[in-house]
Amino acid sequence: MAIFAGRHSEVVQNRTLLAGLVVLGLIGLCALIGPLFLDPAMARVGATTPRLAPSADHWLGTDGQGRDMLTVMALALPQTLKIGLMAGLISLAVGVVLGLVAGFVGGKVDIIIRLISDVVMTIPGIAILVLVAANVREMTVELMAAIVASLSWMVATRTIRAQTLSLRERGYVHVARLSGASTFNLVFVEVLPNLLPFITASFVITVSQAMLASIALEALGLGPQNELTLGMTIYWAQFYSAIIRGMWWWVGPPILAISLIFIGLMLTSVGMDSFVNKRVRGGQ
Amino acid sequence: MYADYVLRRFGIMLLVIFLAVSINFALPRLMPGDPIEAQLNRIMAESGGAVGDVQALVNSYRERFGLDDPLWQQYLSFWQAAFRFDFGYSLVNFPERVIDGVLAGLPWTLGLLGFATAVSFFLGTWLGGLMAWPQAHRFFRVFGSGILLLSSVPYFLIGMILLYVFAIVLRIFPAGGGIPFGVDIGLNWVTVKAIAWHGTLPALSIILAEVGAWAIGMRGMMISVLGEDYIALAEAKGLRKQRVFLWYGMRNAMLPQLTKLAMALGHIVSGAILVEVIFSYPGIGFRLYQAIQSQDYFVIQGIVLLLSVSLAVAMFILDLIYPLIDPRITAQRT
Repeated sequence: MAIFAGRHSEVVQNRTLLAGLVVLGLIGLCALIGPLFLDPAMARVGATTPRLAPSADHWLGTDGQGRDMLTVMALALPQTLKIGLMAGLISLAVGVVLGLVAGFVGGKVDIIIRLISDVVMTIPGIAILVLVAANVREMTVELMAAIVASLSWMVATRTIRAQTLSLRERGYVHVARLSGASTFNLVFVEVLPNLLPFITASFVITVSQAMLASIALEALGLGPQNELTLGMTIYWAQFYSAIIRGMWWWVGPPILAISLIFIGLMLTSVGMDSFVNKRVRGGQ
Repeated sequence: MYADYVLRRFGIMLLVIFLAVSINFALPRLMPGDPIEAQLNRIMAESGGAVGDVQALVNSYRERFGLDDPLWQQYLSFWQAAFRFDFGYSLVNFPERVIDGVLAGLPWTLGLLGFATAVSFFLGTWLGGLMAWPQAHRFFRVFGSGILLLSSVPYFLIGMILLYVFAIVLRIFPAGGGIPFGVDIGLNWVTVKAIAWHGTLPALSIILAEVGAWAIGMRGMMISVLGEDYIALAEAKGLRKQRVFLWYGMRNAMLPQLTKLAMALGHIVSGAILVEVIFSYPGIGFRLYQAIQSQDYFVIQGIVLLLSVSLAVAMFILDLIYPLIDPRITAQRT
């Protein structure tokens, strides 16, 4: 029975990772080449006739303010990915450094880092984000990424700390330590390379968390008002009651794009588990 | 051991409350310019000065924030106010106190969240168990995989799709609000029906997204429990399948599910805020959205403070209860 479950989940998870990477790859491709073929001027307010349903001229229709939805989507997608990737990288960097330090140094430093990460985990992220965003005069894509990153580094910290603790006691690390390797050497040559799979896995989770937070903030109206992102598109659609007015083409594309991003991230993350965390494989 | 664990959890709760209040105090003061005057000016410019008694408003804020006092004194009085749940007055609906507005929204949010969380917890746990159970019908694995995909999508996006399909195209459910105009809230059938009618779509958007999250956790737990020797023994004894599934499998796999509730709480509350916005549901989340729209800073502050403090307390209470249900927790989580 357990063998059956094991084989079953292994097959599923390998395919899962592939599916996730394909979805993410396609989205990335759209974000890269989309803006090349479209005229950004069509995404300005009043560029064309408002409230048009999809047609040959406007493949995705136009929104309530006369923007061509296809152009809006092509420009918003890379911005949204940029916020997610930037926030993901910042929080990953913070998480890895804190996790390594906590795991390697231990003692009081470890206690303090764990306490901070526990506390930040307990604070409802959205509440603090709302407060910060409400106080910022001029929101930009970069600032958004930094704000969101400040509350999504904990998962990486925890994972890396736990793995560092276990790696630190491995035979080859002991050998290196006994043969007089410096701490710098131990961390960067012996431990860090072995953490790479975990760092990659944490990165996917971190990007996903950061994107969720940034899209939520944008949908609440606290995003960069002058920039096009998927979350801001949802916000304007909601602001002008697109759904109540039956303008499905205004909300449909951003909903689909955001959903696909999250589904791709989740599939990748679940699929990666089987490679990274051997225990998950076969569920033993 | 239990004492250590409780002490640590209690400490974390106190720290969170301390931080929440301090951040609420510090943020507006860190920004350049006088926060109150900036806010008031903006409001007055936008509403053409029709805010009610402006002088009384300004005075009430000057007094409340003691803006001429030294900083530490301001900080202390901020704490005093926070303890009394006194968040001042709404800038937009001037005579209304922030706390009254927040309290009016609280039952709606608690009802929606409580119902949706309970339903998705039980459905998801059951589904996850079946997905891991080899003898279960194939349907559950296929259906489960579909539901898992939904779990990664933000609640409010599902809500937008539900709103469009069921309220605009099919016109089965109302498009927004918590209760129709003209219906007085009371303990009668009409009220209950109206509330259930309006709450269906918001609750469904949370449930659809959340079921998968619970199912995926339960599935993992169940797979590892099913590998245990006592399951093999129970099957070898010839116990009925249902009995092995429920009493040997589910019962043991469920405990970690319960403990995840505390960690999921923050995520669920954050997600529910936007669901309320999509459906104009009169809870805390919709009020927060309205306050952001009208830049009603004190309402934003009040809601944020209330959310962080109540979540911290709720998580502390859950953390207290868990070791009583599952003694392994004290060892793992101190």
